[in-house]
Amino acid sequence: MTAAAAKLDVMVPLPGVVEQVTKETPDTFTLTVSRDEDSEQDVFQPGQFSMLWVFGVGELPISISGDPADRDKLVYTVRSVGKATHALVSQKPGTEIGIRGPFGTGWPMEAARGRDVIIIAGGIGLAPLRPAIYEVLRNRDRYGRLVVLYGARSPRELLYRKELAAWAQQPDTQVLVTVDYGGLGWHGHVGVVTTLFKYARLQPSKSVAMICGPEIMMRFVTRQLEEHGVTAANTYLSMERNMKCAAGFCGHCQYGPLFICKDGPVFPYTTIRPLLEKYEL
Amino acid sequence: MVTQTLERVIEEHPFFTGLDQEFMDLVLGCASNVRFPKHSYIFKEGEPAETFYLIREGNVALEIFAPQRKPIVVQTVGIGEVLGWSWLVPPYHWKFHAHAIADTRAIALDGKCLREKCEENHDLGYEVLKRFAQIVVHRLEATRFQLIDVYSAQK
Repeated sequence: MTAAAAKLDVMVPLPGVVEQVTKETPDTFTLTVSRDEDSEQDVFQPGQFSMLWVFGVGELPISISGDPADRDKLVYTVRSVGKATHALVSQKPGTEIGIRGPFGTGWPMEAARGRDVIIIAGGIGLAPLRPAIYEVLRNRDRYGRLVVLYGARSPRELLYRKELAAWAQQPDTQVLVTVDYGGLGWHGHVGVVTTLFKYARLQPSKSVAMICGPEIMMRFVTRQLEEHGVTAANTYLSMERNMKCAAGFCGHCQYGPLFICKDGPVFPYTTIRPLLEKYEL
Repeated sequence: MVTQTLERVIEEHPFFTGLDQEFMDLVLGCASNVRFPKHSYIFKEGEPAETFYLIREGNVALEIFAPQRKPIVVQTVGIGEVLGWSWLVPPYHWKFHAHAIADTRAIALDGKCLREKCEENHDLGYEVLKRFAQIVVHRLEATRFQLIDVYSAQK
């Protein structure tokens, strides 16, 4: 198969080279991957994901966590929780991996224009939301206030700590961080992510909310958003479930009538709400 | 003059928003301004709980002390929140340490004084209990969410 034909086949990975692996937390790493030629893979929407091949080990769906305006590289933040993710984060700079994608739906950046953007992330859920934050901060005049609410299990499990501090210094931006369990050296907020709502400067009627984290956390968060007056129509969630082919062929990520890989991973809450409440799913 | 300032501060605090003037006058009689420097302890576990606080500025960590371990911070209480409800429930002893992790300003309300006024005036008692019930429910929900340990479950 020629390179041109491979570009057209969503099932064929194209090569990328690991440039850098940065440790974010004890089990989470950020990989910077360069492409050796101009590729449509370098153009992505915030919220989309790639399928990353570790040759000889397996393929993984990983959200893109880098800046969409940076066309020279792709950035992924990966939590090492199994054989394949461990192999991925153990790649040495210079190693070649395979990349398919980008796939899926992105965050509603167009719909959010002229509105406040509320970003609510839990744990590694901040990774797929980071491109949306970059997008808002780069185009500050297109959006209203940016409010970032981020919760993690403990201080040492917080992602992008330096960036969180830098974002908080940006105009018209509020960044609130909490951990479920604090330690003596932690002088920030302690409590689940929903406890940050009382400190957030929200304008619910003119806001779009984007949420990513464990499903249970997202259910708690959507309740809080509704209590604060952010409508379901202006709320979006990113889902993750067993994505394998990323093209809606294999059915592994089927979620009721939807395929997470193709119809998502970002969904309007109005679409996903009846499914989130189904015990059987 | 001091009382007027205190009244405005209490009226503006989310906990007492919308309280009738008659009740506000009763509450005011039990209130005073307090400050806690960073790293001081506002109260400690086991001590008599005779006061609660409306936080105006700063941040307070609720800590559980465990022998041969560093204290565990289970929650922080910040601006606009209420610190302490042990004054409301027998045996009126604090269940946590409250550690000011920033310079903290608050309105202190004498719990014994307010309890007595609530006993005398059940309408005030009902109003105060309704407000505390809301806080207790929110904290119970947050504690359940915390117990699920969702970020660990991601594994």
